[in-house]
Order: sequence, then structure tokens, then C-alpha cells
Amino acid sequence: MALLGTSGSGKSSLLNLIAGLDSPSLGTVIVEDQNLSGLSREQLAKYRRHTVGMVFQSFNLIPSMSVLENVELPLRFAEVERTKRTAMAISALEKVGLSGRLRHRPIELSGGEQQRVALARALINQPRILLADEPTGNLDSRTGTEVMDLIRELNQSLKMTVALVTHERELAEKYANRLIFLADGKVVNDQPNPARTQAGVQA
Amino acid sequence: MKLYDSIELAGRNLRESVLRNSLTTLGISVGVASLVAMLSLGIGLQQLASRRLQRSGLFDSIVVTSRRDLRGYNREQEEDGPAPAESPDLNEAARLKIASVPGVVEAYPDLRFITEVRFDDKPHLTMVAGLPFSSKDGDSFEGMQGKFFSSADAHEAILQKSFAAELLGKPSRGAQEINVAEVAKPLLGKQVVMRYSERESTGQDAASYSVISHEMPLTIVGVTDLDPDSMRGSARARVFIPQNLIESMRPMQAYDMRTSRGVTSDQPIYGNVIARVSGAGKVDAVEQSIKKLGFNTFSILDATKSMRRFFAILDLFLGIFGSLALTVASIGIINTLVMAILERRREIGIMKAVGASDGDVRGLFFAEAGAMGLLGGICGTALGWVIGRVINFGTNIYLKGQGFPPENIWSVPVWLVAGAVGFAFVVSLLSGLYPASRAARLDPVQALRYE
Repeated sequence: MALLGTSGSGKSSLLNLIAGLDSPSLGTVIVEDQNLSGLSREQLAKYRRHTVGMVFQSFNLIPSMSVLENVELPLRFAEVERTKRTAMAISALEKVGLSGRLRHRPIELSGGEQQRVALARALINQPRILLADEPTGNLDSRTGTEVMDLIRELNQSLKMTVALVTHERELAEKYANRLIFLADGKVVNDQPNPARTQAGVQA
Repeated sequence: MKLYDSIELAGRNLRESVLRNSLTTLGISVGVASLVAMLSLGIGLQQLASRRLQRSGLFDSIVVTSRRDLRGYNREQEEDGPAPAESPDLNEAARLKIASVPGVVEAYPDLRFITEVRFDDKPHLTMVAGLPFSSKDGDSFEGMQGKFFSSADAHEAILQKSFAAELLGKPSRGAQEINVAEVAKPLLGKQVVMRYSERESTGQDAASYSVISHEMPLTIVGVTDLDPDSMRGSARARVFIPQNLIESMRPMQAYDMRTSRGVTSDQPIYGNVIARVSGAGKVDAVEQSIKKLGFNTFSILDATKSMRRFFAILDLFLGIFGSLALTVASIGIINTLVMAILERRREIGIMKAVGASDGDVRGLFFAEAGAMGLLGGICGTALGWVIGRVINFGTNIYLKGQGFPPENIWSVPVWLVAGAVGFAFVVSLLSGLYPASRAARLDPVQALRYE
């Protein structure tokens, strides 16, 4: 599923609402049969911890932590035991092809690698929904494609819903099964991706 | 998030901006150091004052008097016992009763008389008093030349140094100026002859007795440095002889004339009995017990109440001044942490986005404040200890220059160390309260919005 629209159209806001980072001033957000407005701040934190994973345009890795520690971070909040946590983080990094870079600082990695670290971090708690806010926005087209390929691969192998926010129509059409167009905070069009309907992949 | 993880992350954050956090911690250290230095001086001065009192020997002693003797004295306290006319005599039976009160180590009559002591055939008028053999273990005879009595009833005497000077025919000077060693040297081992009046039964009736004059040679075994005008009552005497010896002499006492009733030759009535208590802390309770027996009591502890109040107030003020520095330091913590929030907005946003709860973020900032407080507290206590030492050292140099013996005016008890570190920790956590809740409330969307 891709959320499309020009800047300021509300696609990022919608993503934040789904992520439980923001709450609507009007209306309700229901994710996985759960009304987010009914949750306490503590419950929302748990929801973010277990139900959704987030990837951002600017990667948002913590610069003072190594790659491994960044990926481990959500597990700290989930109170996973240290040894188990490290093992899980290593296997998540293997999945994104970065097992050789555990001790590096984010700044020592290329943009594509950093986004893959962010992806590993988003997936470490096995969320049912991956929220990606312009994940390729800071990447050149080749690494952008690599990251998107990886996201699609994970989407298929982990059977996980991916909500992709982008303003690039081509990218959306290449990867998404469903396209939602937003303008001025409203959904103006919601349709299956005409370019991929025949592929029949669940989004 | 688990506590250990909070602490680990906090430690990492503190190391990230090591200069700023070290400066903040240094601020706390200085605050704690000033607190510790102030209080250690206050405590040290208090200990110095009470050590003086303890040395005086009356700090753990209670003077017991008969109510018959001192009518009207302590009248308000007589309500919890028999009226003066029916109150018991302070005789040997009473002494034994007092000695058996729990907490009393020994009870002995305060025996003293004014008499003539001859040395080199020259008579000298002085007060002679009994000194219990147990005084040997106390530190009241610190600085004494010679030895203590060889046995509890030896025919030996300890002289007060001004009396020693008098025996040697030296012009009387202030007690401070007399050198003990100088006056003791020619006197130790020499003999003096003491006259005394024995009260002896006439055999006619229980209340009548005759007074017989005796002479007794005594060997001078020691000369004390004690100031006769110090707090110790018995120190007002200038010749001390063993308590058992003076008791066996049955000397005529000044008050024997006063109390005609019940005074028999072999049942003397004591003017006052001194009860020595095992610790200054028990004095109050023992005093109450003795009062219940029907006697009047007096202890120096009563007299030190105002002194203790003075030191409590002094400590309070020193503590307030010390705490001011710590308050400044705690503002430093708040400042540092608020800065850290601004700096780490994004990081906090990220943490929240990946599932940190408000409590996790709060805990993290608390851990940082606590770590700075604990570290600052430990360093500060050490620093305060050093400052106290230096002040003590300087004071002693000054005292030496003024011709006084060195004194320890500074004390850091364990409770002060623990208290200072604990206080720094708690103050830091309180300082962390505002920054931590501010960080916890940070809106992650806002925090993540800007590059």
C-alpha cells in the first residue's frame, strides 16, 4: 500500500497517526481492530513496540550507538534479555545483509546501509505493519531501488503489511498493490495499483 | 525498560558529553564538599567540647544527695518521692542500693576534709579528697607525672600541681604556668604527713562520738596536671588519697556537725554519693531511678543541655550554608539535563518511535541525574574530607603558634559520609524531576520533524 500526495497533503501525518505517535483531533484510528484513541500513553508505547515498525527518510539512527545497539534498542524497551537481544539483532542484520558491520557507527555507513539498519531495527520486534516514510528520499535511485527491493522481499517473506509514504508515483506503481492519493488532508483516490493487479500479491 | 538498561544508557549518554557532565558533577562535588566540611567542623567542635567534659569525669557521674540535707533544693522534682522529712538517709545501705541501680558502675561517697599536710616540717592547709581506684582507667589523669595509686588502699597521695608548687616553696602562679614535670621531679617518692580527725564511737549511745586526731604518713606517687578549677568536683581538692583508705579512716566530715540525727560512729551518713554510670547516654534513666529511691540528684548532663542546644543550632546553620552550595549545584543539574533534552530531542523522538514509553524516557533522565549525584556525592565527600583536614591542620599550626596543644576540631563520622552521599543522590533525583518529565512529555512527531 502506498500513500501518495504532494508535500503538505497529510501523508506523513496519516502515517504518524497509524504509528500512534500522534493522535487525531477528530475521528478515530483503528489498527488491527484496535482503537488507538482509546489507548493510554503507556499502551501506545507498547503498540509501537510490537505492532508497528517505522522507517524514516532521514534514517533516524542514534549516532552514538553502534549498528548492533541501534537495532537492539527496541528490544531494550521490550525488556528482552541481553543475550537473546543480541542474537535477535544479529539475525535481523543478517536479513538486511549487514552482518559484517555490527560494530560500526551509523555515520560510517553509506545511506543505503543506514536505511537497511533502520529497516532491521523496524523489523526486530516482528511487527505486523511496517510504516515507511519516504524511505528512499535521501538515497540515490540505485540504492533506493535496493532498499525498496528489500522491503518488498521482507513484505513477502514475513507476510507483513507495508505502508509506504512517497511522492514518487513511479516508485509507488512499481512496488505497491494499492495506491491511496491524498490532497489537503483528504483521501482523493483509493485504488488497486493498475500496474500490478495481475501480480495478485497481498499488500 | 529494565533498570540496568536505563543505567547503561544513562552512562553512555553521560560519556557522550563528558566535559559538560563532568563540570556538573564537579559542581555537585563542591556543594557536597562544602556541606561535609561545614558539618564535620561543627561535629568536631562539638566532640571537642564534650570530650573536655568527659575528661572532667562528671559527664558520666551523678551526684546523689539526701533530701533531708537540702530542703527546698530541686523542690519541683521532690514531688515524685517521699517528702524531705521522710526521705531516707544517705548512708552505707543507701550507697549499696544506688550501686545496684542498673547502669551504675560504682557508687562511692564523696569524702573530703580540710586539714593540715606537713612537708619538710612545714604545715600546709589543704583539702584532701578520696579518689576511687577506677579513676585509673579513665583519662581524667591524662598528663599526670608519676604513677597512680599502687593499690586501692595504699598510703599514697597524688598532688595537684599547684599544691606541689606550694610544697616546694615556689611563688604561687597561675595553674597554667606551672610545669608539672618540673614540680613533680623533686617530690615523687617523698613523704608528707597528713593530719586528720577520726570520728570514734564513745560507746555511750548511738548518736554520740568523740573526735580523735591522727597523723598518717603518705608517699607522693603522682602529680596531676588537672586544673583545680575545672569541672571535676573532686579536683577542687589538692591532695588525693585512695577512696578505700579515706573510707577506712572514718574522717570527720564538715556536714557531720549538721546532721546530728542518726549519725552513729559506725554508720556514717554521707554528704553526697557519686554514682558513676556506664555511659553518658544512661545518665538520664539512672537519675530517674535514683530519684525514685528518694534522693536528689544532679548531673553535669543537665548543665550540658544548653551546650548541646547551641551545637544543634550551630550544625543547623552550618548545614544551611553547606546546602546553599548544593542548591546551586542542583540548579546545575537541571540546566545540564534541560540542555541535554534540547540536544537529544531527536534521540528521544527516535526512542519513542521504536517503543519507549514515557516512563522509559523519564527513567533514563533520572538515571543520568542520579549517576551525576552519586558520583558528585562520593567525590564531594572525599573533597570535603580533604578540606576539613586542611582546616584542621591549619588550625593546629595556629594553635601551636599561640602555645596551645593541638586539638582535633574536625570529625567525619560514618553517618555523615553516608548522609552526604545519600543527600546528594536525592537532591540530584529531585533536580532530575523536571527535566525528566519534560523529556517524557516530548512530542515525538515534533522531535522527529526537523533535520
